[in-house]
Amino acid sequence: MEDNSTNNMQQVILRKLTSTVLRLGFIVLLTFSTSLKAQEGDPVKGKSLYNANCAACHKLDSKMTGPALRNVETRLQETEGLGREWLNSWIRNSAGMIKSGDAYANKIYKEYNGTAMTAFPTLSDQDISDILAYTAEEPAVAAAPPTDPSGQTQETGTPNKLILGALALLFGLLAMALILVRRTLNSFADAKGVDVAAREKSTPIWKAFVQNQFLVLVTVIILLLASAYFVFGYLSQIGIDQGYEPVQPIHYSHRIHAGDNGIDCKYCHSSARVSKHSGIPSLNICMNCHKSIAEVAPETLAEGQEFGVDYNAEIQKLYAAVGWNQADQSYTGESQPVKWIRIHNLPDFAYFNHSQHVMVGGIECQTCHGPVQEMEVMYQFSPLTMGWCINCHRETNVKVEDNAYYTKIHEQLSKKYGVDKLTVAQMGGLECGKCHY
Amino acid sequence: MPSNKKYWKSVEELNENSSIVETLKQNEFVSEIPTDEFLGNKSALEASSTTRRDFLKYVGFSTAAASLAACEGPVIKSIPYVVQPESIIPGVANYYATTIADGFDFASVLVKTREGRPIKIENNEMASSHANARVNASVLGLYDSLRVQGPKKDGKSISWSTFEIETNQKLTDLKNSGKEIVLLTQTFASPSTSKLISNFKEKYGNVRHVVYDAVSESAALDAYQAKYGERALANYDFSKASTIVSVGADFLGDWQGGGFDSGYAQGRIPKDGKMSRHIQIEANMSLTGANADKRIPATPSQQRKALAKLYSYITGQSASVDLPAHIDEAVQKAASELKTAGSNGVLVTGINNVNAQTVALAINAALGSKAFDTKTPIMTRQGSDKAVATLVADMKAGKVGAIIMSGVNPLYTLPNASDFAEGLKNTSLELSIAFALKEDETASAVQYIAAAPHYLESWGDVELKKGHFSLTQPTIRPLFDTRQFQVALLKWTGNDMTYHDFIKDIWNASVLGGGSFNQALHDGVFTTSNGTIASILGEEMTSTSDVAMSGNDGHTTTAISGGEAARALVSSNAEGLELTLYTKVGMGDGQQANNPWLQEFPDPITRTSWDNYLTVSKADADKLGIKNRHVANGGMNGSLVELNVNDVKVTIPAIIQPGQAIGSIGMAFGYGRKEGLKEEMQTGKNAYQFYKDFNNVQSNATVKVVAGEHEFASVQLQTTLMGRGDIIKETTLEIFNTKDKSYWNGVPMVSLNHVETPVTSPEVDLWDEFDRSIGHHFNLSIDLNACTGCGACVIACHSENNVPVVGKEEVRKSRDMHWLRIDRYYSSEETFAKDDEKKDNFSGLFGDNGSLGGFNEMESAAMDNPQVAFQPVMCQHCNHAPCETVCPVAATSHGRQGQNHMAYNRCVGTRYCANNCPYKVRRFNWFLYNKNDEFDYYMNDDLGRMVLNPDVVVRSRGVMEKCSMCIQKTQKTILDAKRDGREIKDGEFQTACSAACGNGAMVFGDINDKESKVAKLKEDNRMYHLLESVGTKPNVQYHTKVRNTTEA
Repeated sequence: MEDNSTNNMQQVILRKLTSTVLRLGFIVLLTFSTSLKAQEGDPVKGKSLYNANCAACHKLDSKMTGPALRNVETRLQETEGLGREWLNSWIRNSAGMIKSGDAYANKIYKEYNGTAMTAFPTLSDQDISDILAYTAEEPAVAAAPPTDPSGQTQETGTPNKLILGALALLFGLLAMALILVRRTLNSFADAKGVDVAAREKSTPIWKAFVQNQFLVLVTVIILLLASAYFVFGYLSQIGIDQGYEPVQPIHYSHRIHAGDNGIDCKYCHSSARVSKHSGIPSLNICMNCHKSIAEVAPETLAEGQEFGVDYNAEIQKLYAAVGWNQADQSYTGESQPVKWIRIHNLPDFAYFNHSQHVMVGGIECQTCHGPVQEMEVMYQFSPLTMGWCINCHRETNVKVEDNAYYTKIHEQLSKKYGVDKLTVAQMGGLECGKCHY
Repeated sequence: MPSNKKYWKSVEELNENSSIVETLKQNEFVSEIPTDEFLGNKSALEASSTTRRDFLKYVGFSTAAASLAACEGPVIKSIPYVVQPESIIPGVANYYATTIADGFDFASVLVKTREGRPIKIENNEMASSHANARVNASVLGLYDSLRVQGPKKDGKSISWSTFEIETNQKLTDLKNSGKEIVLLTQTFASPSTSKLISNFKEKYGNVRHVVYDAVSESAALDAYQAKYGERALANYDFSKASTIVSVGADFLGDWQGGGFDSGYAQGRIPKDGKMSRHIQIEANMSLTGANADKRIPATPSQQRKALAKLYSYITGQSASVDLPAHIDEAVQKAASELKTAGSNGVLVTGINNVNAQTVALAINAALGSKAFDTKTPIMTRQGSDKAVATLVADMKAGKVGAIIMSGVNPLYTLPNASDFAEGLKNTSLELSIAFALKEDETASAVQYIAAAPHYLESWGDVELKKGHFSLTQPTIRPLFDTRQFQVALLKWTGNDMTYHDFIKDIWNASVLGGGSFNQALHDGVFTTSNGTIASILGEEMTSTSDVAMSGNDGHTTTAISGGEAARALVSSNAEGLELTLYTKVGMGDGQQANNPWLQEFPDPITRTSWDNYLTVSKADADKLGIKNRHVANGGMNGSLVELNVNDVKVTIPAIIQPGQAIGSIGMAFGYGRKEGLKEEMQTGKNAYQFYKDFNNVQSNATVKVVAGEHEFASVQLQTTLMGRGDIIKETTLEIFNTKDKSYWNGVPMVSLNHVETPVTSPEVDLWDEFDRSIGHHFNLSIDLNACTGCGACVIACHSENNVPVVGKEEVRKSRDMHWLRIDRYYSSEETFAKDDEKKDNFSGLFGDNGSLGGFNEMESAAMDNPQVAFQPVMCQHCNHAPCETVCPVAATSHGRQGQNHMAYNRCVGTRYCANNCPYKVRRFNWFLYNKNDEFDYYMNDDLGRMVLNPDVVVRSRGVMEKCSMCIQKTQKTILDAKRDGREIKDGEFQTACSAACGNGAMVFGDINDKESKVAKLKEDNRMYHLLESVGTKPNVQYHTKVRNTTEA
């Protein structure tokens, strides 16, 4: 056994040695072998170059504006017989190659609907090799899903439960013991002939209650008042859809967009700046980004499983609606508008203007819409009742700074009310006609 | 002890042996229950697996399910654009400049669109004239549910390609056979269309283009052409005239295309003690006559003589004319005033007679009138009576091979429509096409209906006046499968260009002179002084008018002298009642008869909606036995009469019109249409059948009363002011110039501790004044001098505020919903001043000067020649509003910006407020007017509802509504300023009515901005408040009407 193990150890050391020697030799070879035709690139450097220059139009594994680039060099070599020279000149001046009548250059130019590739004359041979090295890397296997974190919580949970269980058992035993004691005592008493005094029967409490008419009256009044209170409460919540969380035709996660990616609300809801409507973004806005985001990162996909959603499938729904052919990277022209379910419904007789609040008042969207950046599924955060509006108008100060419109009126009104800051109400924000016309 | 009495139900029971009693005891029902009838099918019953118990279960379950389902709130879907157009932001309005040119109304306008839907017509500030009531209402025509939705052949829908192939084939055949092709069109006054028609003529050879105006201005055109060599109409700028004499010209209405009121109104506002003087000689009481300082009722034949006499007085030639003394005297005075005014005077006439028009031109030329403009003549009327008459004759004779019509409806508008119908049926007519919006009278009688787009869906260009061009651009994609006439012309001439490109080429080549087409499109108008431009229009028009001038009798009109013309005028004589046909401000030539806004729009003079009628003078009415009476339900009934002119007979109701010249009667065009109209809109009688020889005056009319009564829908039954001079304050220029304000516009006094105190002083006020000095305080100022009563504001208010149309029945019950009404008052005595005097002189109840009889007398208007006054009335937005204090639910309340708010959702409909309102401006929703097929106007169909303004609530049944002073507009202006971080400039605040008023009669603004126009107007001496003595402190100001009674 011992021998064996030492043998093994030695073998390991040997292997390590050889590999270091080999690697060192390799490096030496690499550094000194300038005569080598194919330069070896650094995939790490290549990745950053790729992201900076290529990623806008190319993906590694699927078509985008340009073709997929995984193993592009080998592929070209194998299928077209084109080598590094061709690639170099293509990358530096694709237009020139097309003009010169290169067969494959023209073929690929046509294949991508005459989209010319941007010329990168500044990329050195080394840069190109780095990039190609990066493209030659094997795709990373999707990271294994993280081990279930709940395992740990279970460990901490067990003692609590154990203690509770033990306690329950203890009390159960105690109760049993008491009953037993009582029974034994009674039997002792029986045996000894001790008389346990029987209790006298009094009128039951409910009878006494019924006989006391005053009490009955008071109870009835209290009951009526209580039920009126609850009926009123029930009736006044009719039509208030706070917490309304409908299932939308496309599962759109505000959490990912506004939260994780930090996209400004008004990037998509741009009309909130100028219009009374915040506007549901048209699908072309989605496509600004989703033209190149056809799939989510594997981690995000895994998160989606928690909500029972396949984000990639939802993106496909968007493509179907907008009429985007992913394979051709082109619009088919067949679109199908998405019928979103409206969550925030103000009645027709109430006028609300988003731009007034967002631009003039400088109110955060979250003030009324809640923590949208945390909402996986959008829901109505606020009650949207008149009382809720009025309350805010009473408490909120008007943002008068740097607004020439308010200069005069603020000066006069603040003098009148003797305050520094004016609330919306003091500006006339409680008048009926301001919202109802 | 219980009684053993036996009660019996039938005598039969007393008979103990009766078998019937025994049988009935056993049977619950006397007759057999026909159970077999519904349970007879035994096999079916047995085959069914549903037992009675199951059935009950189903019933129970479905009831429970239904009620549970009802608890669920509705799911509202929101569908955004797939690709949002760059220019459209939901919730933000876009404005486009375009031009209406429907052959009757021509105006450059701004179109307000929301989410791509045109919802309102507004004035284009860059254009010289403003949109009248019809133009304002024209947006509703776009959403007319009865529009033709695609091309049709013999009543069946076809495709445009079929239409193109078939018509091309036929046109080519006709060209080869040499038969004549006729284009019968409205006046386009469009350079590009003229070019297209020339191209068409070139290609098809034997082509005749006939321009047809339903309401003809042919005489004026002929006279102008003879004198100035151009087929156009003289332009008048009344702001430059200090003395205006009009002989039968309703120039504030539709005379020669209309659009003269802005200039007129400018001269009517007294400035530096001066204002224009206006003398009107006319038969019907017209809008113009109502505004005149001096109105002389005269029959059409008297008008002709008066015109001749005027000519003779001015030019110094003598003429022997027999006129009644009072008219003669008035004419003499008018002539001398004109002479005194010299170049500041102007004379216009509406007599449809070449001689009369020649005389008018001669007089203006003789005066050297500044207001008379021949440099920029009006191009919007081109029609020729003779050409049309020739065409009808030729068609009847079978000389025409094809007729293509656009913008005309001759089967409705021709007096000899039956001849035209015969011509259409003529077998030699191989092709008949009508470009039409609706299946109107003509469209339903032709082979091909080419569905035409509304002007808001079309391209186009117009030369309104010489050198004044205007562009039409689409403001919405075509709602239906339509094609405009010009596009069809392009296709027929084998031109592949779009019409837009065609216009652009023409404009770049010969209109813009290097200017930018896009700029012109943006502005909507383009003005040039370059004289060569009209050549395109001129070329084609000249060839058209050659036909016109050389009519069938072969004589060419050559210029005749004024003297000859005047002599010719005198020679004509008339017998019997003289009928004057006129156009109403609301209905015009009747193109928009299916427009409920216009149908419900009350005529400014008679205040009657949904009708036309015969206007008769009181004297004639008494003679003929015509009666008007007010009935118990608040409506007015009138006698039905049979009108007979040259054996054309029609039964029509009559209205006794104060001021109608004795011996004359009047009737309005535009009514009596049947085809392509909803049933409710088929109102009135067709006046075109009397329009013989396109002469709006027809003599030898006879009228006789027939059985029956007509129920009118009038919105105002009270006709006089009853001497209440504090409603419409009025004075004369002389008094205005010489006396103190307190004399002619005094503040009413009330007694406080037996001391006369002005009602405006705070001591007599019941209320604590709310401090409105901070922020905005809106005021609307209405100048009674500048208001001509045209009613553009009424329609603008209608379309801005989603005011419902209620229909004739409801209007008759005084349930009209107009937020803004224009009251019209007649004086009971000769003038309003005399009314006041009479009222003040009442003493006691009875007797000659008693108020009892006196008030009765004052109720009726002076029938011969009353003074008339117009007063727009809307919610006065009282600072001390009587309505607010009586509302039990505080649905109406005051804002610090001066507006009286109305929260519809809070209103429970007690109507206390309406009862307590001294101005009667509140309107109650007696019914649900939207989505209700009982009110089949426009709010009950999806198409019609597209015109609704999304910023204003559509009110429901049972709530009160009223003018909001367009709070949605003031709030928007404020918000825009806040967003830009700037102060608001004067003129930015507008209401729908003030923006629509092209006469400057309505000015809206913030009186806390001391520099604003409205703040200055408030300090004006003429300013007063309506019923100031009530102490309501309104935010609407009126400005005392001043009449220029000074006779020069």
